[in-house]
Amino acid sequence: MFFLKLVARNALRARLRTLLTVLGLVIALAAFGLLQTVVQAWYAAADAASPTRLVARNSISLVFPLPIYYRDKIRAIDGVRSVATSNWFGGVWRDERSFFAQFAVDSPQYFEMYPEFVFEAGQWAEYLRDRRGAAVGRQLADLYGFKVGDRLPIRGTIYPGNHEFTIRAIYEGRDETTITRQMYFHYDYLNEYLKARAPRAANNVGVFVVDVDEPARVADVARAIDAEFANSLAETLTETEKAFQLSFVAMVETIVRVISSVSYIVILVILAVAANTMAMTARERLAEYATLKALGFGPSFVARLILAESMLIALAGGAIAIALTPAIAAGFFDSVGRTVFARFEVAPSTYLLQAAAALALGVLAALVPMVRSARVRIVDGLRHVG
Amino acid sequence: MKLPLAYIARNLWVRRLTTVLTAGGMALVVFVFAAVLMLEAGLRQTLVATGSADNVLAIRKGAATEVQSGIAREQAALFESLPQVARGADGAPLVSREVVVLNSLPKRNDDGTAAVSRSNVPIRGVPPMGLALRPQVRMAHGRMFRPGASEIVVGASVARQFAGVELGQSLSFAQRQWQVVGVFDAGRTAFDSEIWGDAEQLSQAFRRLGYSSLIARLQSPDGFDALRAAVDSDPRLTVEVKRERQFYEDQSRALSSFLRFLGLTLSVVFSLGAIIGAAITMYAAVATRTGEIGTLRALGFSRRSILAAFLLESLLLALSGGLAGLLAASSLQAITISTTNFQSFSELAFSFALTPAIVAGSLGFALAMGLLGGFLPAVKASRMRIVDALRAD
Repeated sequence: MFFLKLVARNALRARLRTLLTVLGLVIALAAFGLLQTVVQAWYAAADAASPTRLVARNSISLVFPLPIYYRDKIRAIDGVRSVATSNWFGGVWRDERSFFAQFAVDSPQYFEMYPEFVFEAGQWAEYLRDRRGAAVGRQLADLYGFKVGDRLPIRGTIYPGNHEFTIRAIYEGRDETTITRQMYFHYDYLNEYLKARAPRAANNVGVFVVDVDEPARVADVARAIDAEFANSLAETLTETEKAFQLSFVAMVETIVRVISSVSYIVILVILAVAANTMAMTARERLAEYATLKALGFGPSFVARLILAESMLIALAGGAIAIALTPAIAAGFFDSVGRTVFARFEVAPSTYLLQAAAALALGVLAALVPMVRSARVRIVDGLRHVG
Repeated sequence: MKLPLAYIARNLWVRRLTTVLTAGGMALVVFVFAAVLMLEAGLRQTLVATGSADNVLAIRKGAATEVQSGIAREQAALFESLPQVARGADGAPLVSREVVVLNSLPKRNDDGTAAVSRSNVPIRGVPPMGLALRPQVRMAHGRMFRPGASEIVVGASVARQFAGVELGQSLSFAQRQWQVVGVFDAGRTAFDSEIWGDAEQLSQAFRRLGYSSLIARLQSPDGFDALRAAVDSDPRLTVEVKRERQFYEDQSRALSSFLRFLGLTLSVVFSLGAIIGAAITMYAAVATRTGEIGTLRALGFSRRSILAAFLLESLLLALSGGLAGLLAASSLQAITISTTNFQSFSELAFSFALTPAIVAGSLGFALAMGLLGGFLPAVKASRMRIVDALRAD
């Protein structure tokens, strides 16, 4: 009890310095948590992927299409429950900054594979009825204030021309892991448009989404699809939906890695600050430590005293940072994150990392002063002037 | 009366551990600040250097990239007949009709084997005219592809970053085997991140009837506006012309502003930590030297010189941190970064580039941290009353 009292008193002696150090720790550890969350947000789409869905694309690259008649051939392959087209539209609504993804899909087949998109029955029927109808997700609708019945003019970049869609349905996510930040419309509309304007581009699709009847057969079915189209004009590359999504993250993994490593630099910055605080504290109290030793306290008592003070400051900073992180993450998501990320949640592992970083900071900052003060000879210490 | 600089510098030297820790924290922040700006500068330099001043590029109206674009043969012929387009000695228009597609290739592990992750590499079909319009491209190894053959040459960055593209290896796509016969060096431009082959061969293999883009030499360097006016006023032409430099600069816009935003946000947040570090150090410096301050004041040094001395001490501390951070950042120039440019949906390699503006900006940033961290302690020091200060010890 006496020990803890002494530690607390010591920590509050240079009140301003302790306060500034704790403040620095809070800023650094909160920034660290935010950056870790940014890194994890890149993987949100891959985390939401189903283990029984496959994606078949042209083996050269995504910019090459596959012919629509592959749909029937894939459906005939053993183990395939259903298949639907999905076509990246890449249009621009309003301006380039207001980006959102648009896909031309087989309706209703596509949505039967995605039970995580929940439609209201009336809106669903309306969407199916209107050839130029569009279905937008709840997150997207909230982002730009879309309502059912709104007209949505979109300028094509891959498919030239101006396209006007009518929002017929706003679908909800089944749970909070579902990403509803995209718009869907009828592939048939796009194909008819192309048949009239650019016949050579018609009857092509970007990818086929394939639902496999049981998870154990996923790899076999993927191989069977690729074998079916081997040596043809458009060979396929079939992978799980998760691998497909991860391939997009892999494209920017350099940037993700930079953000991740930078998040550790902020820990180093604050380590320098905390170590400095402890070094100054110990230097100023050298005479006191010598007195304690003269009174009969061992070197380990002095070392523990410094370690405990350092841990107290670091853990206080860590606790406040962890408590603030969810609010900071939510603020970041609302201000800038919403245009980039569909989901932005602080993972439990991030809190653990923050706590671990705080612990490590407490120990490392105390290390040099601990050794120095424990070693100081009583005579030198008593003579020392701060 | 001013306090000598040596007095200020010695104060930092006496408490070396504290000085090193505080300056070290600032050095790390300046390192992050400079590194991200260098990355952005490197990206811009790479893409701006890709374009030539007197070349223009035409793509389909509304298309954002060469890969999205498609130009029919009749359109290409119409464009070539425009008087603003330069002609060679034989009267042929200096226009290169090119086909650009993306091929997804496996990245290269450090030991040369293929990694699981893939990225898109542009494959450009280049006619002989295309080589003439890009004199910066030189062969580093092997030879240029032969017209009419299924041969390709790879850019220096592609050779470094991707597997299966070494000299003598071949790529299999569009039902053909394409042999790698050379590695070219395009002088750290975006072409280094591309694979080139014969335009006719690639068009046939990919069954393309038209072209992706037309690259043309201007009749006179200031003839761009006239060319654009001619293109825009011809209803038969559905293409959009841009100066080649402008086109490549536009391609980098999203990535470059992302990097800038990232760098500035991180630096400002991180700098709060370093400013706090400087403030702690300077408060301690003031506290331990209270008696000294009293003596100096008694000797006749004004409040203003005390303020200046402590501010200068903080600035000196920050400057040494800034220089250390900048030095560390400048060593990054040897490193090449490769990532997907989402605007063109393809891999692009670029290096960290240190510009005079970044040097000035980084040192200014460091000094600002020192000023903010040292201001309140310096004010505290200058406000002390002589009697109290002398009594303090």
